[in-house]
Amino acid sequence: MMNYDAVRTDPPDGTPDDPAVRADSLSVVRGTRQVLRDLAFTVPRGQITGLLGPSGCGKTTLMRAIVGTQAKVTGTLDVLGHPAGHPSLRTRIGYVTQAPSVYDDLTVRQNLDYFAAILDPGRSAADRRADHVTRAIADVDLTSHTDALAGALSGGQRSRVSLAVALLGAPELLVLDEPTVGLDPVLRRDLWALFRDIAASRGATLLISSHVMDEAERCHRLLLMREGSVLADDTPDALRARTDSETVEAAFLHLVDEAAAAARAKETTR
Amino acid sequence: MSTTASTPTPLRPGPTGALSPARTLATAARVLRQLRHDPRTIALLILIPCVMLFLLRYVFDGSPRTFDTIGASLLGIFPLITMFLVTSIATLRERTSGTLERLLALPLGKGDLIAGYALAFGALAIVQSALATGLALWFLDLDVTGSPWLLLLVALLDALLGTALGLFVSAFAASEFQAVQFMPAVIFPQLLLCGLFTPRDAMHPALEAVSDVLPMSYAVDGMNEVLRHTDMTATFVRDVLIVAGCALLVLGLGAATLRRRTA
Repeated sequence: MMNYDAVRTDPPDGTPDDPAVRADSLSVVRGTRQVLRDLAFTVPRGQITGLLGPSGCGKTTLMRAIVGTQAKVTGTLDVLGHPAGHPSLRTRIGYVTQAPSVYDDLTVRQNLDYFAAILDPGRSAADRRADHVTRAIADVDLTSHTDALAGALSGGQRSRVSLAVALLGAPELLVLDEPTVGLDPVLRRDLWALFRDIAASRGATLLISSHVMDEAERCHRLLLMREGSVLADDTPDALRARTDSETVEAAFLHLVDEAAAAARAKETTR
Repeated sequence: MSTTASTPTPLRPGPTGALSPARTLATAARVLRQLRHDPRTIALLILIPCVMLFLLRYVFDGSPRTFDTIGASLLGIFPLITMFLVTSIATLRERTSGTLERLLALPLGKGDLIAGYALAFGALAIVQSALATGLALWFLDLDVTGSPWLLLLVALLDALLGTALGLFVSAFAASEFQAVQFMPAVIFPQLLLCGLFTPRDAMHPALEAVSDVLPMSYAVDGMNEVLRHTDMTATFVRDVLIVAGCALLVLGLGAATLRRRTA
């Protein structure tokens, strides 16, 4: 709970103490459906924030809004001190979509070479780019597959190529949409170790979505979402304490029931 | 998995203006690299126009004059059609695979992407047109009065026009099925009205008026000018400018269909 208060009293300007993401009365409409309704939350810098909730609750839409690829976003959404989608943010955010977005007809290295050339173009930067590419491939443990075509890799390997692209250029904010889906337990453990390392040693902020509640325990903070709203914005410990639950999953269910009961009460008083 | 605690040096963010030559070249190189992993597509692209010309030469075995007219026109039409198909599918794949969304979230200008594609497929079109033109002129006895370089120039511009149309149309196709169906929708009417089958001034006046505003008509006119005149005629210059102008216009429209934010 202490963390929570500390974050909320940060100054609202663009200093490094400012949260990585600050949202206020944030809403998103897709077609005729309101996918996100009136969200207000912050994502602190240098930590792993888990974005959890059932499928279809708006996690991906929220991530797309933060990255700046979502249309029809209203309200306030500041990312690293700029409005979301600001051109200067394009080199500072790494984004991994749920489905791996890489070129299947290029090798792992060719994929990374291209995206590195977009981030840091020019002949003079070639050596620096090669270092970044080699490092990103090592980070996701694909060094032995450097020259394999991305299309020939397994699903889990392809999603790690996609993750490696996002790691290029040491972004300050990493937005990862279900990065561990379909991976075996060993790889999942290793990836979470990598995420923690990125947050600790590089000071980067990570926003990681998942619908697997046991991954929530590995985050510094949690945003629990349901039907386009934020149910809770807290540390895992505080959440469990507040709801008197053993696990984050139990805490989440408790909060869902609470919200449903409150909604019913509102209905009847109307 | 390496979890060493060293911090990589942050990249120096490059300029994010509308056109960056380095990013454009990187994109063109990437598109060509993708093609290199697909030798069958390259073979089809390069060989089919040659095979068709060869076929045509012996279909009109008894009337070499007819082969001259149709052959020259086709030298302009082939690059347009193949580049249209290749580009519309390639860009559609870029859209559906999520790589387009990723690229537009990076500091890549829309112009860089479009110019990169135009450059890569333009290079391919040069190879395709050079082979087809060489085959037609020196092995199939296509009788051309003007310079073969001018034929090549028109062929290249046609290829660019095809690339531009393909890029533009891919924005309106939700699947490969739809993209392929745009071929008959966009290309066939132009093919019928461009003067390949019958001179444009012999068509119904209404159709002639329509053919006046279709870019392929000028591509074929340009080819026929080279066929009949030794030097660059005013009509040829007009035709070339119209085709080039259309290509640029449609490329611009194609860039406008790329949205950084999507629903």
